This record gives sequence, C-alpha cells and structure tokens, in this order.
Amino acid sequence: MQTLFIILGVAVGVGVIIFMSAALAGQQANIIRRVLSAQAHIVLLPPQEIARPLRDDGAEAAIVQKPYQRIRSIDQWQKIMQETAAMRAVVAVSPMAAGPVLAVRGEATRAVSLLGVDPALYYRVIPLPEKIVAGGARLNAEDIIVGTDLASDLGVTVGDKLRVSAASGQGTTLSISGIVDLGSKGANQRNTYVALHTAQALLGLLGGVSSIDVTVKDIYAAENVAQAITAASGVEADSWIATNAQFYVAINAQYVANTTIRFAVALATALGIAAVLVVSVVQKSREIGILRAMGGSRTQIMRVFLLEGAVLGLAGSIFGSALGFAAISAWSNLVTNPDGTPLFPLEADPRLFVGSALVATLTGLVAAVAPALRAARLDPVVAIRG
Amino acid sequence: MADAPASVATQGTREPEGPAALLRLRGISKSYGTGTPVETEVLHDIDLDLAPGEFAALMGPSGSGKSTLLNLIGLLDRPSRGRLEIEGQDCGALDEQQTTRLRGHTIGFVFQYHHLISAFTALENVMMPLLLARGWPDAAMRERALGLLREVGLEQRKDNLANNLSGGQQQRVAIARALALNPRLILADEPTGNLDSQSATDVFSLMRRINAASGATFLMVTHNLSLAQRCDRIIELVDGKIGTQAKAPVESA
Repeated sequence: MQTLFIILGVAVGVGVIIFMSAALAGQQANIIRRVLSAQAHIVLLPPQEIARPLRDDGAEAAIVQKPYQRIRSIDQWQKIMQETAAMRAVVAVSPMAAGPVLAVRGEATRAVSLLGVDPALYYRVIPLPEKIVAGGARLNAEDIIVGTDLASDLGVTVGDKLRVSAASGQGTTLSISGIVDLGSKGANQRNTYVALHTAQALLGLLGGVSSIDVTVKDIYAAENVAQAITAASGVEADSWIATNAQFYVAINAQYVANTTIRFAVALATALGIAAVLVVSVVQKSREIGILRAMGGSRTQIMRVFLLEGAVLGLAGSIFGSALGFAAISAWSNLVTNPDGTPLFPLEADPRLFVGSALVATLTGLVAAVAPALRAARLDPVVAIRG
Repeated sequence: MADAPASVATQGTREPEGPAALLRLRGISKSYGTGTPVETEVLHDIDLDLAPGEFAALMGPSGSGKSTLLNLIGLLDRPSRGRLEIEGQDCGALDEQQTTRLRGHTIGFVFQYHHLISAFTALENVMMPLLLARGWPDAAMRERALGLLREVGLEQRKDNLANNLSGGQQQRVAIARALALNPRLILADEPTGNLDSQSATDVFSLMRRINAASGATFLMVTHNLSLAQRCDRIIELVDGKIGTQAKAPVESA
C-alpha cells in the first residue's frame, strides 16, 4: 500500500518535472525563434569612429565633439567574412549593405531601411523565403521585397513599382517581387530587401558592406563567439544576447525560477522515498534480523534497501513519464491558438524521459542511503526479539 | 550421571581433552547497561563445552539468560568477558565481516517463533542462506534447497508462501533453512514452544534424525521436560549460572 502511494508520489513529481521542462523548452524555443527570426545571431560592424583630441597634455577642459557615424564599409570585409566563416562555431555568414532611404509612391513617402543582401547567403542566416506572404523571394538587380505594413501604407502589391531615393539624392525605381511578414509591426514597416549591389550603388558603398550577419551553432554561445571575432579581426561584433540584453535576462530569470521549482519537486519526491524506506526498515526489522542471523552481511542488507530506493525511483519515473506525456499531449490539444494550432509547440523529447528516469533512479538511490544505513546498523538481537 | 560426552572443564590451564570441543565457553559473562546505574549481569562466568555431534538441551526458568547465552554462542551478540571458541577459533578476535561469515557457514538458527520471511515461499526461505553466502541464485542452490525440503517432508509445499503453512510446517521449513549451509552447530531457541504436542514431537524427532545423520551439534532451548529428557544432556541455567548438568536417560527408541 505505501509502496503504491510512494510510486504514485514519485510519478506525480516526475510528471511535473517532465511537463515543466517541456513547457520551458517549448516556450523558450518559441520566443527565441520569434526574436531571432528577423535578426542575425551576431552582426559584425565597422569600428565606431572616435574623435581623438590632439592635445595630449591631459587638459580636462578640452571639449571633444562626438563625431557622427558615417555609413562606412567594413575594412577588408571579404577577408574578415572568410575568417569568420571558417570558425567552428559559425554556421553561415552573409554580407549586408544597409542604410536609410525614402520609399516613394505617388504622394506617399516612408522612411525605410534598405537592406542590400546576397540572397544565396542571406537566406541561410534569415529564412526570408519562409516569411513571404505574397510573391517570391527573388532578388535581382531591379527587385525589392517589402514588409506587409509598408506595402499597405504605400498601397502597393507584388509587381508594383516603388521609387527609393537615398539621402545623397541618388534614386532608382524597383519592382516589388515579394511581400514579407517579419513578425513585428516595426520591422514590417521599415525593412526592405534588395540585391547587394543595388544597395551598394544607392548608398554609395561601392564594393563595400556595412555589416556582416553571422549565424552560430549554439545561440547561447553567441556572445562568446562575438568576442572571439572582435579579438581576431578588430571589427565590432554584436551578439543577439548583447543587443537584446533585457530579453535575455528575462529568459534566464525564467530558466532559473523553473529550475528551482523542478529541484524543489525532486527534493520533495526524494524525501518521500526516504520517509517510506525509514518506515519500511522499522517494519522489516525482524526480517532484517533473520537475514543477519542467517549470515547476511551489513553490506548485503544495505544493498537491499538501496536497491529498493532505486526501484521505487525507477518505477515512479516510468509512470511519471506516462503522466508527463499525457500532460504534454493535453496541452497541445487544449491550449490552442484561435486557429486550433498549439499556443506553442511542446516537444516530447525522448532524452527528457530517459534523463528523468535516470535522475529519479539516482534520487531514489540517494534517498535510500540514510534508511539503508539504519537497516545495516540494526542490532540483530534486538531486531529478532522486537 | 556426570560423565557427559564433554565434561565441564575447570577454568585456567588447558588440560588435554579427548575429542576437540566444537564449542568451548570459558568464563563468559554478559552485562547489560554497562556504565549506567542499572547495570545488570545476566550471565556469570559460564564454562561450557559441547562435543561434535552432541544433542544438548538448555533448560531454565524465564529470565535465567538462556536466550542471551544462545545469542552469544550464535555470534549475534558479544560477551562482556570471557572466551568463546567455535571449532577452536577464538571468536572474540574476529572482526565484523569474519563474524558474519562464520555465523553464516558454521551456525544454523531455528528460532522460537516461526521466523520465516513471509513474502517468500518455503523454497525461497530455504535458499536464503545459500543466496546470502553466494550472492546469486543458481540451479544447484535450488536443488540443494529442494533436497532439504524433502528431508523435512515438505517437498509438496515448496511453493507455498511461508504464511500459508501450519506452525509445525513453518518450523520444519526453518529447520531446513538452518541446515542449508551444512552448519556444524545448530542453535534452536524453543523450536517447539508454539506447537501442539504432536507437532512438537514431530519437529523434535526430525532434529534428532538430522543430528544422527549429519553429525551436527545441536543446542536446543526448551521448556518441555519430556523432550529434554530425550536429549544427550540437559544443561540447566539458573540465575545466569550453569546449574546441574544431567546425562539424559537413554532414549528408549
């Protein structure tokens, strides 16, 4: 009876841990995917322009005017890009020439960012073709891809002409090849994509690029990779972690809170196992005494109870895995978006189940140490008489 | 009357003896609550020898220290003073592990109550000492346990859970279990105490038969005088001291 209860207890604990882990992983993956879908993991930029006072006598009164930051090319960007691409942590790189332009359509004018990219490289960093809602992702010299909000602001659709002009006065007329939904209104109003050389010509960056986008294998290592790139090449490297510092802190806080709860649940489960085993040692003391009298050693007695703890943990985790799986399925089916798709996908990762079975077994083993020691130290004379 | 197979030896110098004693106690005392105001000495200066193959009865009123003495001999407890030898080996010098080993291989227990493990079948209970000694079950172990059950006449009951056996049957299983490792010394603490007279006689006869067949030494605590009189020797324990030791009348059978 108590065995049944404790196995159920362990099962509930394991189920909660599995569900919370899956929920956490699903939610974070979902949020990060949304944040990173229109953003490179690392962006390489030319070094900031700094005004250096010529007087070096340490006069503190000198007023140093901050210089303006021109749109400049990254010095020797091909070499830097190659070196970065060769790094083991880097999956893809893509050069970009970006700057502000005016998009003009009849009387309507909008200030937008012109992002000149090499589609073959860029689409490996940002999967733009997946986000196209009308037209295609083709980017030839005369093509431009705009966001959904900009398209509606200007009243344009696929195939329409759009005039873009840079601050220098240079301008050209492009035809809209696709309309894209980047997942945020700001980006949808602002971002326009053209071919790299079209942007270079408009922005006066002939042969140059204003930034390099980098995709890394492990998104959580982005900051370390960024620092390694800066150290190696001297360019400024901004990771998504640095540019979304507050978001990253929030994600981390959530992770820590979640881990604390999971740890507390595991601890409660372990204490439950220990309590049951202590009672069981008292109940079984006569049998323990008999075993000792028949030549059972302290080590053997101890092993029996350690094994019992481990088996309780394992049995509980098997039921718990079923429970967790049921909870995940229920979540996917019940907590849905208006269109019936899950609010965010929960992944029932097999590794999660194997991992929690291992942890639960180990927890049972550890929880059994104190009761097992107690059983082993039992005086056989007292145990048999009792 | 006093010419028991192994007579009580006077303490002190070792005198030459005929057959080496299987069990030799010299000056054994046992106190409880040592160092507290209520220290009580339960056994005083016990000298006792048991010869190989002897079947001795240990009698005495309640509280005379019979069970304590049996626990000391069974190495479940340690004497406060004195020397205890089993097959010539000084047991006071053994460490925990060696004691466990000696207990498992040399001594078999039959307890007052039917101390079987209730979750196991009769066969599994008999296999238990073998399992504890070897670590893993095997076919030979099973064969040996089956043979022992046959010896005590319970082969048919091998798959019964211990709780589903009558008192006499349980005690016979317990005897089979005590024999599992072929011990030289079998300690029985009122093995017939809870049985009706017919079952008691059966169990006792079984023990005598095993004694004759295997040559194992038996020390049986009992309150049953008629059974005690069928033993080779009656050792009487009074107030923690050995009283009279009588050679029992030769069994009529």
